[in-house]
Order: sequence, then structure tokens, then C-alpha cells
Amino acid sequence: MRKTVAIIGGGITGMEAAIQINKLGHTVHVFEKDEKLGGHVAQWDHVFPNQRKAREIINELTCQISEEINIHLSSFVEKISQIDDSFVIKSDNNELKADAIVLASGFELFSASKKEEYGYGIFENVITSVDLERMFVEKGHPFMRNGEIPQRIAFIHCVGSRDEKVKRTYCSKVCCITAVKQAIEVKESIPEASVYNLYMDLRMFGPGYEDMYQKAQQKGITFIRGRLSEASEVENNRILIKTEDTLSSRPIKMTVDLIVLMIGISPSLANNQILSDLKLEPNKDGFAEIADDHLSPTHSKVKGVFIAGACTGPCSITDAINASRSASVEVHHYLNQV
Amino acid sequence: MRYHPFVLPFSFGLAFLLIYTSIIWIRWINRLSENDKQLLRKNLFSFNTLAAIREVFMESLMHRKIFRKNVFLGFMHMSLAFGWFMLILIGNLESRTYTAGRINPPYFPIFFKFFRHDLAPLKKLEAYFGFWMDFFLLIVLLGLSLAFIKRAHSKVLGIKRTTKHIIIDKIALTSLWFIFPLRLLAEGFSAALYKTGNFLTSFMGDEILSGIASPTLYLQAWWAYSIALGIFFITLPFSRYMHIPTEILLIFLRRYGVKEKEQHSSFTKIEINACSRCGICIDACPITALPESSETQSAYFLREMRYDKPTNNQNESCLLCMRCEEACPVGIEITRIRENERKEYQLFASESYNYLTSPKNAAKGKVAFFAGCMGHLTPGVIKATLALFKAANVNYTFIDEEGSICCGRPLMQNGQTDAGISLRQINKDLILNSGAEILVSSCPICTREFIEHYVLGIPVFHHSQYILELAMSKKLSFRNNSTKIVYHDPCELSRGLNIIEEPRQLLRLAGELIHSPENSGKQQSLCCGGSLGNTNLSANQRKSIAENTLSGILSDKADIVATACPLCKKSLACSNKNIEILDIAQIMLEALIAPKFIPENTVESTKMESNLTYSPEINSIISE
Repeated sequence: MRKTVAIIGGGITGMEAAIQINKLGHTVHVFEKDEKLGGHVAQWDHVFPNQRKAREIINELTCQISEEINIHLSSFVEKISQIDDSFVIKSDNNELKADAIVLASGFELFSASKKEEYGYGIFENVITSVDLERMFVEKGHPFMRNGEIPQRIAFIHCVGSRDEKVKRTYCSKVCCITAVKQAIEVKESIPEASVYNLYMDLRMFGPGYEDMYQKAQQKGITFIRGRLSEASEVENNRILIKTEDTLSSRPIKMTVDLIVLMIGISPSLANNQILSDLKLEPNKDGFAEIADDHLSPTHSKVKGVFIAGACTGPCSITDAINASRSASVEVHHYLNQV
Repeated sequence: MRYHPFVLPFSFGLAFLLIYTSIIWIRWINRLSENDKQLLRKNLFSFNTLAAIREVFMESLMHRKIFRKNVFLGFMHMSLAFGWFMLILIGNLESRTYTAGRINPPYFPIFFKFFRHDLAPLKKLEAYFGFWMDFFLLIVLLGLSLAFIKRAHSKVLGIKRTTKHIIIDKIALTSLWFIFPLRLLAEGFSAALYKTGNFLTSFMGDEILSGIASPTLYLQAWWAYSIALGIFFITLPFSRYMHIPTEILLIFLRRYGVKEKEQHSSFTKIEINACSRCGICIDACPITALPESSETQSAYFLREMRYDKPTNNQNESCLLCMRCEEACPVGIEITRIRENERKEYQLFASESYNYLTSPKNAAKGKVAFFAGCMGHLTPGVIKATLALFKAANVNYTFIDEEGSICCGRPLMQNGQTDAGISLRQINKDLILNSGAEILVSSCPICTREFIEHYVLGIPVFHHSQYILELAMSKKLSFRNNSTKIVYHDPCELSRGLNIIEEPRQLLRLAGELIHSPENSGKQQSLCCGGSLGNTNLSANQRKSIAENTLSGILSDKADIVATACPLCKKSLACSNKNIEILDIAQIMLEALIAPKFIPENTVESTKMESNLTYSPEINSIISE
């Protein structure tokens, strides 16, 4: 008898899990709160480490979604209840009984206005990395609120990551390389612009990351080790930033046309409801907790509930796809047992 | 009979207490500064003395301030102090009357019922004295039973936590607890054997002790009573009960105008000894609510000050929110003592800030606006304040843009006096060079520093006061959009500067102010947890203080939380509560009825880029 699997979240993790689990011969239902699939990645212009179009990834995954897969768009999961070995998923317009659940509900972006000293929402030329990506989609280059092309752009790393003051002590993992990628893109789209990166540490751990960093330096992008202390608006709505160059131990003041805040990955609040329905505890950072750090990276502590992707913590596209496939295999073994 | 050896423990104890306390008093007074001594001499024969006597009666005996906190707690303290005082007073009158005005030894009135069994000579007065002596003994015993209850179930008496006592306090406390039950026992035996009792002691003698009363037990009871008194008197000067004589001295000196100074003085010793460790400050302290709070509250801090030295933890882990000081029934200047104690540890020298230079020119304006460091971490506050100034056509200059620096208060709070003072001059030059007639700051921390420590010669206002002034003089008008606002009092503004009503008056122009018990003024308002005075708390501990504070003031009805301090705004915004925290200026800007001209660009700068200072390395990058 065919078993039913409910996948919560239709981002790249959920899409990949749907494809794999369907191939393994089970009935799949995907619940996505938005009107379309693709999640955060669909908002992106290019992705690291090779500046590939994000659209390509979404398109390729979409092509593989067969007719057999049931996709529920604009379906916000309100409640999940467990009856013996099966689950009842209640969403906006229907109820579904499933034998297993894959939690692929992703993350939320850190709300940049929580760091009020950086002026997001207060100064018009302070944007986030996500805003910048939209600008690339829209016009192919960043622009100031008054429409002018910025000549001096500063990237501020670790906004909402590794910051005790906003209760985010973990590293968001993808922002360093994203900043390097975006800095290169800014420089490529506005060759005469001066581009600065204000960082704490540059964590170039992934394949191809270090090469991108080298490339950025060769393009004349400046890296300053120092956290932004405060920003203020000066004439023509430019931004005066103060920091300390911690390599030369000197305070720096500089005026730029645009600052880009590299906002981190935060646990999704909507996730908390699902976790509590399933009697799962979030981990200390607020993400869904995996059953075993080494050997069960896609098991939750509840039987029949599997977790993958950014709902377990910050991860790259590659990490998300890997986790999805791992979870799919685990789901398959589990369904064959019960 | 006028003597029996059992009076010796009492007599010895009393003699010791009197001699020891006198020596200590003389030493304290002798070591007061010349200035303070002059105050003492000048005021000794003035109304201040009468006022002090009245205060001693109201506070040391009646414990009026504790009554205000909790009626039972007040009664407990009052019955022990005032009840005992009346027993001594009436006892003396009684013995004096029976002995026809003869001067009696000090123990005689105390053990009167032992020495005089024949009360016949004064038949009418007998009943009178007897009744009041029994009445006050009953009052003291009632107070004592409340003290028992307080040890076991402190919440009944309005106290969440009682003070954890050291051994000498426990000995003194135990002997004190024994004194009055033993007195009842001894006088009960007297009543049983010699019919000397009134309603309480007769009841004790006739109903309870009549079966076992014997001359041996009778004498033993009087011995025990005398020993309990003796132990209490001998331990008193070394225990918390030293507050009894010291508080009296403190009240007199305070009435004469003696205060804590910039450093510890002999007066500090008096203040420290006047602490009874009643524990009211422990409940008042926001740190008490933290799960891992240790003994850092003021009762413990003052105890360590008295016997030894406060630990680093006790020194550093205080928010300087002044809540304990506001709650302290003795009125000890705790915050000043804490700040002075921190001066012992100078981490920065006055040269630490030598690299800073006074800027040459300041932009001119009638009103100087100073946002301060915390203002720069909350640019929304600056933007809103300046927008209001523009709307009211205020001729202002934004001092921070001219290169102002920290006002120095965080350094001063942490005892770094020399470094703190060295920062003042630069700001002072800037402010005065601008030709400003008044100074306005959106930060209560800076405002307090300007008012209390800068000698500027121009009036200083907090922005809530100044915006209210603009509204009152019709330069700004607001639309009440009936937003439901909860106002959080910043410590430095409410307890520090007594600016409590102005922000509320202003907010009432913009919306509906919601009242909650925790935000009703000076005593109650809680610290946001962000205080720069505490260098010991972790970010998580600060967050739980912020959350406790928010839960205290929030009600379901509130739409927004208003505050008037950028530090409070930042600390409260970090909590998990899903509510918007705004500065008073931001709320007023929302409610502003737009003037004819709305400034498009609310933050302007006259600063040219060439004035900016870059490090040489960066300069070369920038000028590429």
C-alpha cells in the first residue's frame, strides 16, 4: 500500500524532498504558504560560489516535479496532530492524513531594524543583502533611493549573526561568501565604484569560496576588519559610518552612498508552532533540533518526523539539497518498516 | 529588696553596650570633616533638632515608611521598637512612683515585678501601670509572632525574600526573640506566686503556670530573662542591631545637612551601620529576580562594607538604578556609597583620553542639542527630535555633529573619576562655543551628568521637557490619535532627576496613557537592564531583566511602549515581547499636526567631508 508523506515548506529543500520521495514510490503532499514554490532562493538573482542564476536552480527543480506530486500553494499549516503512527495536517483549506512528515520550513531573515544603530528603515540609503539582490533582479546594479548610482558602497557583515546583543550567537554561515559575491557583482556592475567590506572574520570554508575572496581582492574591493559601531545620515542622504580598523587599531570614519547589511538567518517563528504541535524542542539557537549531530542529521526526536534544510540551522543550497536527499532515504526506510 | 545576683548579666550587658556605643559615637563624630562638624554646631540648637526628634519618633519608633510598604511589616517593626520603648518608659515611671521618686538602679524598673510584690501603697495606680505594661508586652509579643511568620512565610508580610543572616546576627536575633517570652514567663510566675499581675500576666500566672509555679522556677525564669537581655546587649554593637543607636545619630546628622561626599567619610561609616538588613532593598533590586542572583543586593553590599570589603561581584553587579535607595526605610545614600566604593579601582588614568582635542569651532544656534552615544545607537530618536525642532522652527545646533564625545557619566558610574572628568571639558567647550542659551539632550544619562556635574551656566533640559515646552507655547500642536501607550520611566530620569510628570503630560497629547502599578512613578519603575553602571551582567541576564520589566508594565490594552531614554529603548527592544518600543519623540512626531512646511530632509549637515578624520591607511584608499 502506498504511504503518504507530508512535506512542510516548498522551498528548494521541500521541492527536492518531494521529487526524491515520489521517486521512491510514496504519495507526496507539499504545503507551501506562498503563492509559488522556490522560497528564499527564488528571490535571489545570482548564487555563490559560481554566480549562477538562482532561477536556473528553481527551474531545474520545478521541471522534475511530476504530476503525481500534490502541491498545495498558499497553504499555511495551522496545526499538526499526531494519532498513533500517523499525523493530521490542518492547513487553510483542507486536512490531510500522513504517515510521515518532512519538516522543510526554512528560516526567516534577521530583521535589520533590530540593530537600530545601523539605521535600516531610518536612513534611506541603508539596504539589506536581500534588497540588493532585488535591485540586481530589477536593474542589474544597485541604486540609491533618489535613483542615482552609488559610487561608494560598504557591506556590513554579521548583522544578526554572532551578536549576543540580539540573541543571535551563532554564525549564519552563508553571509560572508554572499557579501564577497555581491561585492564582486557591485564592482562588476559599477566598475568605478569603491566597495568596502566591514567584517569580523571571513569564513571562506566552502569549495570555491576562497577563490571568490581572492577574486574580490584582485578587483580592488577593500576589506576592513572591524564591526560597524554606528551610522548617521549626512548631506545628500549619504551615510557616515564609524568603525575601528582592528588590524591597525585605529578608529575610522567614512562617508558612503549606500550601505548593505548582510542580514543573518533566523529561526522561523511559524516553525515554533509546528515544533510545539509535534512536541519537539527547538535547539538553543531556536532552530529545529536534530536527533544526533553526526549520525542522524535529518531525524527529529519524534518518530516519523524528519527535518531538513534551513529549519535546522543556517545552510547553503548544497547543504539543503544534501539534507533533503538524506531525509528522503530515511523516510523511505521508515515507511517500509511500519 | 533592691538587689539580686540575677540582674548581673543584664547590668553587665547594658554597661558594655552604653560604654561601647558611646566610644563609637564619639569616634564617628570626631572624625567627621570640619565642614560637617560646623554644620553640627550650627544646627544643634535649632528647629532641625526638633525636626530630628520628630523623625526619630516617626521612623525609628513608629516605622512609618515600612507601614507604607506593608501594614503587617510596619506593625512588626513598630511593635518591637515602639512597644519596647513604651515598656521602658512606663516601667521607669512605675518604679519611680512606687519608690517615691528615688533614683533606682537601671535594672530596677526592668525587674520591678521581682523586687516589689507588695503593690498596696498605690492601689489605684497599680491597675493603671499594670494594665499598660501588660498591654505593651502584648503588643511586642504580637510583633514577635509576626517576625516568626516572616522567617517562615515572608510573603504574608509583603516580602518575597528575607535577608540571609550571618552568625552574629543569628545570635542577636535569637536572644532578642527570647527576651519577651521570657519576660512573660517571669512576670507570669510573679503573678502566680504573688498576685502582681494584670490581664496578660495574671492570665499567664493563673491559667497556665499555677500548677507548676515554684520559687525555684520563678528565680530561674528571672535569671533566663536577664541573660537573654545581657546577650542581646553584648551582641548588639557587632550585629545588625547596631542600627538602633546608629539610625538615631544618622537622623540628627542628616537633619543638620550632613551628606555623603565624593569619597567615603566618617558619615559613610554611620550610614553603613544604620542599615538593619531588613531586606526591603532585596525585593526592590531588579537583579533579585534573576535565577542565578547571588548576594549582591544593597543589604549584603553594606554588610560587607561594614565588616570587610565588598567582593568584586558585589561592587560591579549593581545597575545603579536607585530602586533600593528609594525603598530604603532608613534613607541610606546607597548609590553614592556604591559609586564611591568603585573609585578604589582606577582602571583608566586621566591621560587615557589625551588624544582627544577640543574642536575649534562649533556651529551656532540658540538651542544646543546633544544626543550622546546611546542616541547614536538609536538614530530614530535623533531623527524624530530634530524633525520636531524643525517643525517648531527652533534655532538649534546639533552638538554631536561637531565632534562631541561621551558625556563621561558611564565612567563616573564605574568610579573612573579622573577619566570621566577629562571628558567633560571637550563637550563643555563645544556647547558654550555654540553660543547656545539652553542645552537639550534626548538622553537622561547625559542630561543628569550635565545638570549635576557640568557647570555650564545655561539651563539643561531633557527633550521630553523641551518638546512639552514647545507644545505649551503653541509652537507644536499634536493630534491625539488615542493610541494606547504604556510609559516606562527611565531610572536616571525618574529617580535620578525627578522628571516624572513631564513625559506623561506630553504623551497624553498624543494618545491614551495606560496606568499600571509598576509604572506609577518614582519608587516603582523598574530598570530596563541595560544600565552602564553594571559591568558584570551577561547579555542574557540583561535580557531577562528587560523581560521582567516589560511584563511588569505591559497590559493587553497597550499598543506601544513609550520610553524617554535611548538605552531603555534599546534594551527593551531586545526582549522577546512582541510590542513596539518607541522614544517619546518618535511618538510625538507621529502625532504632530504638520506645520505649513514639512522638512523633507530631516537630518542636514553642514559638515564638509574634508573635516572627517580617517586613519592614514584608509585615507589613502579613499583618495584613490
